Amino acid sequence: MTAVQPQTGMRDSAGEACPGPVVLEARAVTKTYELDGVEVHALCGVDLQVCGGEMLAIMGPSGSGKSTLMHIVGLLDRPTTGTVTIDGVDVSQMDPNELAAVRNRRIGFVFQSFNLLARTSALANVELPLIYAGVSRSERIRRASEALERVGLQDRIKHMPNQLSGGQQQRAAIARALVTKPSIVLADEPTGNLDSRSGMEVLAFLQELNSQGITIVLVTHDSNVAAHAQRVVEISDGRIVADRRVGQRTVGAGQ
Amino acid sequence: MNLLESFRIALKALNSNKVRSALTMLGVIIGVAAVILLVAIGSGVQQEISGQIEGLGSNLLFVFPGDFSGGGGGGAGGPGTEIRKRFSLDDARTVQRRLGAEAIVVPVVQGPATLRAGNRTLRTTIAGANEEGNQVFNATYVAGRHYNRSEYSAGARVVMLGATPAGELFPGQSSVGREVSINGERFTVVGEMAERGGTLSGDQDNQVYMPTTTAQRLLGSKDLSSIIVKAVDPKRIDLVKVQIQRVLRPRFGDEFTVFTQEQTLGILSSLLGTLTVMLAGIASISLLVGGIGIMNIMLVSVSERTREIGIRKAVGARTHDILSQFVIEAVVLSVTGGIVGIALGWAGSAALQSVVPTEITWWAVTLAFFFSAAVGIFFGVYPAWKASRLNPIDALRYE
Repeated sequence: MTAVQPQTGMRDSAGEACPGPVVLEARAVTKTYELDGVEVHALCGVDLQVCGGEMLAIMGPSGSGKSTLMHIVGLLDRPTTGTVTIDGVDVSQMDPNELAAVRNRRIGFVFQSFNLLARTSALANVELPLIYAGVSRSERIRRASEALERVGLQDRIKHMPNQLSGGQQQRAAIARALVTKPSIVLADEPTGNLDSRSGMEVLAFLQELNSQGITIVLVTHDSNVAAHAQRVVEISDGRIVADRRVGQRTVGAGQ
Repeated sequence: MNLLESFRIALKALNSNKVRSALTMLGVIIGVAAVILLVAIGSGVQQEISGQIEGLGSNLLFVFPGDFSGGGGGGAGGPGTEIRKRFSLDDARTVQRRLGAEAIVVPVVQGPATLRAGNRTLRTTIAGANEEGNQVFNATYVAGRHYNRSEYSAGARVVMLGATPAGELFPGQSSVGREVSINGERFTVVGEMAERGGTLSGDQDNQVYMPTTTAQRLLGSKDLSSIIVKAVDPKRIDLVKVQIQRVLRPRFGDEFTVFTQEQTLGILSSLLGTLTVMLAGIASISLLVGGIGIMNIMLVSVSERTREIGIRKAVGARTHDILSQFVIEAVVLSVTGGIVGIALGWAGSAALQSVVPTEITWWAVTLAFFFSAAVGIFFGVYPAWKASRLNPIDALRYE
């Protein structure tokens, strides 16, 4: 608990400014893995509040636990101890199917390795979350096409992932994250597999989404990427070590 | 998400992995088709053979000289069985008198013969019987007639030719009314038999049929090879058998044997049963190979599919969404493969019909189908079931 003390102070300095509701909150979250019989503490008591409409970067070197934190707040993984609250609802006690429903409706994911279904068209990939949301077929196609248009892939909707460039694949993945109109988009090293130009484009998209009111959490090890956010949380060895506002925010190069 | 949507997802997934789908189906197809085909051949051969025996008539009794009862009930007494006393025409008459209208008794003589017509010669077998011989030989005529009672009593030199001698000696023409020389004696051909094909009891086409009396004189022996008795009422066959034994016992003691068709069939069916077991063994191996094929494809794609499950879960698929997708995929593949396999096995056995007798057996179809389907569904669903229980992130990161 003592370890948490200093960062609480830091969070407060930035978190005080939360203008609207807290959309995402982690409280005293720990995550312990067992690896070949050795306990690995990926997260050792993390408290984090994400305000509605903000663009937050979680930054840290590899192995710092930043991705683990994102997976836990994104409900892809469960904390060993601690609670996660989304839009004021504690999800710690939810069963896997309820968690799936929350992911489906409230959260969009963008991964470093895109995670598109292979040999499946861009359109079908973007449609996927809507299928599980129970949206009718015609409505799905309409909304998925719209989302692809929004990321500038309107003439690539029938292409398979392997027929798209890395930047295009990531844009398709962003379209998939957007198509359910989530309140939060979690992006795990979204530029990690991209050349710098495509990376810039992706960051510009994320900023644009943020300007439209979507909360963005960006995980990165790159301070230049983190500089696109409004707020940066630094994490090291499973603990939050800094939480600060970005003074000179980098504005992404547009499309 | 409704069932229709699950179907759509599953079919889409199958469609986007055509090679994997095809290979999985191939496993099912090979397993099912191989089993159906092999068992069809086995039971076809079995049917054919027992059909030939039954074709002789299930109400027939074969009376042979010599005691075969000790030899495992077998039809082959073998060279070890010494025959001390043979039947004569009188014995056949005695049996006929005892049985009266209950049965038809045919005294049979068999022996070698050399046929000659013009400059053509043929070695063949004489089958001597009385005027009711056609009742037990189950033959049809192409032309002519059976020799009659008076020809039989008189020991007339009349003969009916089997399909082989008729064709060999009188190619392309009717033999009826022509003359042939048999072992040096001149005979008139009164009938010609239709072709019957080879059977277990030898080439029945390469025979000539003549009155028993004539045959005995020709072969220089008063003995009969056997007596064949046809019971008029098949239900009374056991009674007929007992009566035959009663008549012959005073003169022959135990030195004769009465075989029923049933006994002959029994011996053969145990032989054929072994054949079927062998084929079933081969079939099980094909099923196993097919099953391993299915398993391999499914297991090889586990890591890719686990990641797919991770993606689907990340965007909101619930456990039963994943499971229903994979169950439907596996069922569609297995059932389609099974149907194609059944069609192939059926077509294959139809195509083989000209070479080897085949008979589709429903137990083989059912067994092959359900086994392959079960293997396909198990290996399709089990890894998916395991993956669906993982945290989405563990599924996404699966290596």
